[in-house]
Amino acid sequence: MTLTAPETTGAASVDAVPALSVQDAVLELGDGDGRVRALDHVSLDVPRGEFVAIVGPSGSGKSSLLAIAGALAAPDSGVVRVHGTDVTRLRAGRRARFRLDNIGFVFQSGNLIPALTAADQLRLVNRLARGPRSFDPMPLLESVGMAHRAGHRPGQMSGGERQRVGIARALVNSPSLLLVDEPTAALDRARSHEVVELLAAEARSADVAVVMVTHDRDVLAHCDRVHEMVDGKLSA
Amino acid sequence: MFLALRELKFARGRFALMGLVIALIALLVVLLSGLSSGLVNDGVSGLKTMPATAFAFDEGTKTDNAFSRSVVDGEQLESWRQADGVDEATPIGVSIVNAAIDDGTQVDLTLFGVDPDGFLAPGTSSGTGIGAVDGIVVSETAREQGIELGSIVTLDRTDVELEVIGFTEGQATFGHVDVAYLPLTTWQLLASGQAPAGAPTAKAIDAVDFDFASVVALSASDEAALDLAAGDELAGTTSMTLVEAFNASPGYEAETLTLSMIQVFLYAISALVVGAFFTVWTIQRTHEIAVLRAVGASTRYLLRDSLAQAAALLIGFTALGVAAGVGMGAAMPDAMPFDLEFVPIAIASALTIVLGLIGAAVAVLRISRVDPLKALGGQR
Repeated sequence: MTLTAPETTGAASVDAVPALSVQDAVLELGDGDGRVRALDHVSLDVPRGEFVAIVGPSGSGKSSLLAIAGALAAPDSGVVRVHGTDVTRLRAGRRARFRLDNIGFVFQSGNLIPALTAADQLRLVNRLARGPRSFDPMPLLESVGMAHRAGHRPGQMSGGERQRVGIARALVNSPSLLLVDEPTAALDRARSHEVVELLAAEARSADVAVVMVTHDRDVLAHCDRVHEMVDGKLSA
Repeated sequence: MFLALRELKFARGRFALMGLVIALIALLVVLLSGLSSGLVNDGVSGLKTMPATAFAFDEGTKTDNAFSRSVVDGEQLESWRQADGVDEATPIGVSIVNAAIDDGTQVDLTLFGVDPDGFLAPGTSSGTGIGAVDGIVVSETAREQGIELGSIVTLDRTDVELEVIGFTEGQATFGHVDVAYLPLTTWQLLASGQAPAGAPTAKAIDAVDFDFASVVALSASDEAALDLAAGDELAGTTSMTLVEAFNASPGYEAETLTLSMIQVFLYAISALVVGAFFTVWTIQRTHEIAVLRAVGASTRYLLRDSLAQAAALLIGFTALGVAAGVGMGAAMPDAMPFDLEFVPIAIASALTIVLGLIGAAVAVLRISRVDPLKALGGQR
């Protein structure tokens, strides 16, 4: 993947730097008396190929961490670098393009587009990135075990199948960072293990850094590293 | 269009319902356009086909029905003949009469008294041109009332008899009444109120000293060189261009304004309905749009896709509505003043599409305000 980063760290090669580096991030939300510190001096480095889980109760700041790591929000202070690029300094338009090229998202319940078949979900992301016209979604769908459902829409799939397609969609543009938001929220125990196992396998085979926030402690065995988040603070 | 077309297919029920509303509006617009053209032609086709550049009315004549109210004399005519930029100026007498034909059928006619050798003398599709003192050339559409070549038209009250010697090329109506062209001198005899019963004769015409007409028709090869204000000042007239003079025909302004107002409301309704639909549609897609924005779709891509979707919907269903309107229009009864004309229908269709697109554009602009954070369920 070619990076067009406006700012990279020193002379180090882009492959030597962590896929995600959050340094001393602070994020406050709300106004007046209702103002809360969602992220309290959070730091986290994740190299490519590592699968990191963030666990914690609701409101602990897990999704806020995902938001700043995914360039969906900027921290009030601190630095967020994705593959060496300081994403907090990118303008909105550039941030969207940066996300498209470098970050894959896996959402709760897949969050697939209802009108599109599994294959078209992947084709759309390829088109957004102006990828090759010859793009074939089948190998990616095969890699997540969904080739046989390529022509089906989300409404015709189970929760686990939707998540598998969501994972394939997130990998279309070969991102260096995969951010995963509660992937097992709507799945039973067996399917939860399948999906997280798949994520771990993809992290290794595609050399992608994976950060997964979850409530589900049953699936943590598949992760390389687990951090706990409480009141905006991340455990070491 | 990748996403737009697939959504159109996926939500075809909702889009078909919306499209049906657009098609019905387009159908109504075509019917109104046809009715409008029909009424215009019925009201002023006699004027539209005249090779005149402008008309000079007697000064201060009230605009509505000005053709039949105005009276101009020989001095005013001469003044216009001398005016700069005027190639030709000729008098024309206009009056609407009730009459009956041989079999007793009652007909209404607008008498246009013109110089048989002047530039307003009508061409004919059958029969001969005007010239005979008792001969009239009537609108082709008068055939529908039973008028034929050789028919004798007897004017009410005066019992003056005029013979149909020709028909015009196509429709020539004025104030929704068929036009009958006759020599100006015959018209002057009738207007003087001294015409004896029976067919007008040259002797009766010579005996009448009535040097008046209704208006002066002006012809100019270069309309820009025609200084109507200066000519009016010298001649004591109020002049209007050919198109402005349409308003001087009976009921023309009231009819066209009424239909225009209905059309304007239809366009506004169309834009509002399309805008409301796409507002609801965009709100329903908020989460989907948030996901796309989080993934990295640019606002421009999403707006372009949504507008392309609206354009496909509007163009497709407007075409359907127009086709249905043209089909219905072709089946309209002859008694209904309805004319399908390409340009008004094309303009009406384009307006339906463009205004609908504006409505849709205002609605889909909210895409730019969708926060991609909503893709994470809004949890921060």
